Amino acid sequence: MALSTRRRLLAGSALFGVAAAFPAAARTIAGAMPWNPNEAYPPSPVLPGRYLFFRPEEAAAVDALVARLVPNDELGPGAKEAGVTTFIDRQLAGPYGGHDWLYMQGPFPANPLPSQGLQSPVVPRDGYRQGLAALAEYCRSTYSGKVFADLPPAEQDKVLTGLEKGEVKIKDGRAFFDLLLANTMEGFFSDPIYGGNRDMVGWKLVGFPGTRYDYRDVMAKPNQPYTLPPVAIGGQPAWGNR
Amino acid sequence: MKRLLLLAALLAGAARPAWAVPDEYVQIERGRALATAGDCIACHTPGGRPSFSGGRAIETPFGVIRSANLTPDAETGIGAWSADDFYRAMHQGRRPDGTHLYPAFPYPYYTKVTRADTDAIYAFLRTLPPVRNPVDRNALPFPFDIRASLIAWNAINFTPGEWQPDPARSAEYNRGAYLVDGLGHCGACHTPMNLIGGSKDSEYLQGNQIQSWIAPNITGDQLVGLGSWSVDDIVEYLRTGRNAKTQATGPMGEVIEASTSHMPDADLRAIAAYLKERGAAGPTAPAPLAADDARMTAGRSIFTDTCKACHVEAGTGIPFLFPSLAGSQNVQQTDPTTLIRVVVSGTKAAQTGAAPTGPAMPALGWRLGDDQVAAVLTYIRNSWGNRAPPVSAGDVASVRKSVARASGTPN
Amino acid sequence: MVRRLPPKDVVIVGLGWTGSILALELARAGLEVVALERGPWRDTATDFNIGTTPDELRYSIRHELFLRPRQETVTMRNTPDQLALPIRRWGSFLPGNGVGGAGVHWNGQTWRFLPNDFKIRSNTIARYGDKALPDGNHIQDWPVTYEELEPYYDRFEYVAGISGKAGNLKGATQPGGNPFEGARAREYPTKPLTQGYAQDLFTKAATERGLHPFPRPSANISEPYTNPYGCRMAPCTFCGFCERFGCANYSKSSPQTCVLPALMREPLFEARTECEVTKVNLSGDGKHATGVTYVDSQGQEWEQPGELVILCAFSFFNVRLMLLSGIGQPYDRDRDEGVVGRNYAYQSAGGSTAFFENVNFNPFAAAGSLGAAVDDYNSDNFDHTNLGFVGGASITCAYTNGRPILYRPVPPGTPTWGSAWKRAVKDNYQKVTSVGAQGSVMSYRDCFLDLDPTYKDPLGRPLLRMTFDYKNNERKLSDWMSDRCDEIIRAMGAKTTQKTPIRGPWSVIPYQTTHNTGGAIMGDDPKTSALNRYLQSWDVPNVFVMGASAFPQNAGYNPTGTVGALTYWALDAIRDRYLKSPGPLVQA
Repeated sequence: MALSTRRRLLAGSALFGVAAAFPAAARTIAGAMPWNPNEAYPPSPVLPGRYLFFRPEEAAAVDALVARLVPNDELGPGAKEAGVTTFIDRQLAGPYGGHDWLYMQGPFPANPLPSQGLQSPVVPRDGYRQGLAALAEYCRSTYSGKVFADLPPAEQDKVLTGLEKGEVKIKDGRAFFDLLLANTMEGFFSDPIYGGNRDMVGWKLVGFPGTRYDYRDVMAKPNQPYTLPPVAIGGQPAWGNR
Repeated sequence: MKRLLLLAALLAGAARPAWAVPDEYVQIERGRALATAGDCIACHTPGGRPSFSGGRAIETPFGVIRSANLTPDAETGIGAWSADDFYRAMHQGRRPDGTHLYPAFPYPYYTKVTRADTDAIYAFLRTLPPVRNPVDRNALPFPFDIRASLIAWNAINFTPGEWQPDPARSAEYNRGAYLVDGLGHCGACHTPMNLIGGSKDSEYLQGNQIQSWIAPNITGDQLVGLGSWSVDDIVEYLRTGRNAKTQATGPMGEVIEASTSHMPDADLRAIAAYLKERGAAGPTAPAPLAADDARMTAGRSIFTDTCKACHVEAGTGIPFLFPSLAGSQNVQQTDPTTLIRVVVSGTKAAQTGAAPTGPAMPALGWRLGDDQVAAVLTYIRNSWGNRAPPVSAGDVASVRKSVARASGTPN
Repeated sequence: MVRRLPPKDVVIVGLGWTGSILALELARAGLEVVALERGPWRDTATDFNIGTTPDELRYSIRHELFLRPRQETVTMRNTPDQLALPIRRWGSFLPGNGVGGAGVHWNGQTWRFLPNDFKIRSNTIARYGDKALPDGNHIQDWPVTYEELEPYYDRFEYVAGISGKAGNLKGATQPGGNPFEGARAREYPTKPLTQGYAQDLFTKAATERGLHPFPRPSANISEPYTNPYGCRMAPCTFCGFCERFGCANYSKSSPQTCVLPALMREPLFEARTECEVTKVNLSGDGKHATGVTYVDSQGQEWEQPGELVILCAFSFFNVRLMLLSGIGQPYDRDRDEGVVGRNYAYQSAGGSTAFFENVNFNPFAAAGSLGAAVDDYNSDNFDHTNLGFVGGASITCAYTNGRPILYRPVPPGTPTWGSAWKRAVKDNYQKVTSVGAQGSVMSYRDCFLDLDPTYKDPLGRPLLRMTFDYKNNERKLSDWMSDRCDEIIRAMGAKTTQKTPIRGPWSVIPYQTTHNTGGAIMGDDPKTSALNRYLQSWDVPNVFVMGASAFPQNAGYNPTGTVGALTYWALDAIRDRYLKSPGPLVQA
């Protein structure tokens, strides 16, 4: 996911003559509200294709994991069909993957209080790399050399339940499960521009209309089913060709 | 307020003979008001530099011209010019040495300005601090750099002559005509141009494309002109940059910010009265597209999903904030250039003291492809009683190229 | 090497609500004003483009508009004997950043505190005896009354265009409004927001129970409006992308919509963005501010001299700056002495979430302040005898959004993943609403701010440390309010309900509110307050400190309305008295 770039602001008006002491590196705004044509900061659309972070066996494992977290069933496509693996891959390849925006200075004491929240120096990229490796190791030793993707669904669910509860003892197993589940929900329900929620299947599941931005008609007629199809940043089929 | 009333009184006396004393207070104030009405500052001031010091790049169909330095600097400005010289420049488009000025300086309009008024403007300009700013005034490519070629141009496009009032019309109408046809040089943007860049007099004020904007028809035409605007609507627009129906933006927004919002109310009323009374001319309305045309259904969907949150479902917008698309002359101009660029690049409304918000249309060219922009514009041009030709993807693509060039940012 | 700039009359730190209001008014008073903002410029059409702003991942989950913890965060612990650790990722609260500050991405719930809130200490003692006050409390009366602030609440509400219905006009109760509110001089500037189906059910149920429901006052406005600065706003379209997001269509009150267009036209005003103020500089004797030092985005340090320095950087950032600059005596919890950092408080909560049948709540059609509320259980509007707590809560049935990454309610006991989860989330999305309580938090000796001994920001300065937990008083309040919420929601026809009172220590993980108050409180006594009643520092009279840091404790409401009122209140004192005769406005 591309970061929105910093604003390049117009210099302030008419302040020639005091250049010597003027804070040239400050972005000074005076006299008018700055505005430029064509200036917008949309996210860079994720295009499906080769993975930027996941190794092939990791991607296969994540595909299999998310396919159980949000299965393909009679209610509609699941996380795998929705492109959640691609979503997670692109997220990990970007600033989220390194916790670039978070406060990551140490020290990192061993026993933080639960109320103190995230206190691990392990960033999501490492969380997946280590977690997937540990999970593969666990599966190989528990299931005679098979990895998660090889297991039948019922067994996969058993492993996942065990991870969630901390009964499957891999290093940082619960943290890895929580991370995976959170990213799966993000990938299933975020705007399709980020690579997941393909064809807005997540939004269609719950009936979330997306980016439409005007529901005065809904407020005027309360307690009615909402029937318009969802729309995303990239539009919807009714918009026709680009 | 008092100051504006005084100015109005001063400006009304346009027919008086030249004042003998060029630096007299009343004369200077009159000149400043007239320079405001003529919006001289807009072309003669480059960004971030002192007012009127020249050097601003003016795009013409023939290349770029840089405007003159009007400060009284002896070497690089007009410090050595007399009041006669200034009148000759305004009236005939000639410099003191007889060479021709390019009609990027709209002397075909300024020729109408009376001697008394040019003297006043001259007096005002002489009070400015002299700024040394040597401007390259001959930047046009060959053969347009040959100023003598303007002799032929003038023969086709220019009839010198001070403006004459029409005795059959009211004083207010005549005042409006003097301002619009002369100093205001509205026709320089709002009249279609012939191949050599002169105004087509037979289609005066019927609209024109300039710098990838449409200066709309400002005759009284119901569809594409000011037919549905009252005098009050016009005055409000010129004074504050918006009215209940729409917001000014683009080059007209700049005109309002620098010029008309500083003019006395009586002059704005005169301009409005003239424009409303002088008659109507415009294209025949095309038949509207069928609602189930593929462009209309796609456009309607796009409109519902991304436009109506501001412009509302009925297209009527929010008064004094989001322009009404229903019944809008801008929407129904035959040439959709303004509409396309506003959707693709966004735009910001004029900001004046009375209306500081200057709401901006967000840029959506990154979000909508050419077909989609064409569809949504076709939809609004054919809904709610609007009738205007559909927009094609090709139209959108070419405007997209020209506005990207202008701002340096692809979109 | 620090480079010195030409002096200004006024230096404002932070260009959010309070900074932009003061900048406009003081520039109009003829002063040269510079505002230093460490975040970027933000503009409606550019940064809240209708195509980019409705993006839950980017703004709600990845926190794009908020201050990045990497640039500054706070450390936290629940009790003084614990080791404080940094809040590495925001959760419980979401500090703003950039021009407009949190005024860009707030929900817009805009309240006045009640007359009793300003005198809660003396009124509680008078009615219930001093044993009613909770153990370890630092509760103080405010040094201003509701009546003194009323014209300033009015001024802020009219600048913001708040949509609501008056309940008490000059002493006369008005139908449809809040009968408990303090008397107001005039109606709200715009009519109340259209209510939704859940709000209609709540209003009916609350009325049947003998309560007094009214539409919550909203900065998502109901109709086109031009404010006294000439700035114009559009009506809210219930887009459901309010809190955490900038508003695309000029319908949420913010500095962008209500102040900046007028402010940027002032020739005496200048904004500098991406400039972080590191210190307020003081004279040798520490009694006079000479200006501020700041760092620009290239790392260059500048000294900006100024005659008047106003901290508008958000409550606890103001406190940190005061501590780093030596303005006022730092609070020492063990000695119970000192004032800067004293009386930190927050907001308590409670409620009940309910699952209905055969209903289309359409939660995505929402506005940040859409809600029907009752104040029957707020402040001292009810008899606290034998309840075991002081304080109250505003109770509201609201929809702020239906965005599915975070909003996908399922009944208790539902698995968190798999087909059963999928079925539950699909079946319940349209059928859930809640009645919530926004409760007061008293001030305590053990809840305070100071500087962390270990963790630093990228410039090497100590982070602020926050020591806070809910005390028994707030927990009892939360339990009791959750019961009241549950009663109402059952009366609305709910089948299954789940009460949500405070449980466990205050945790940074789940979002609660960004209503961090106190730390530089206003008062009548310099021994127990950092600021006098005009928000002027007792110690350095040419420093004023805006924001909710001034609250002696927090009431059962969102703070912004009161923050806005205090800003205009302080403005009048600065403009009409301080500027004419600089010096302490109150003799201690």
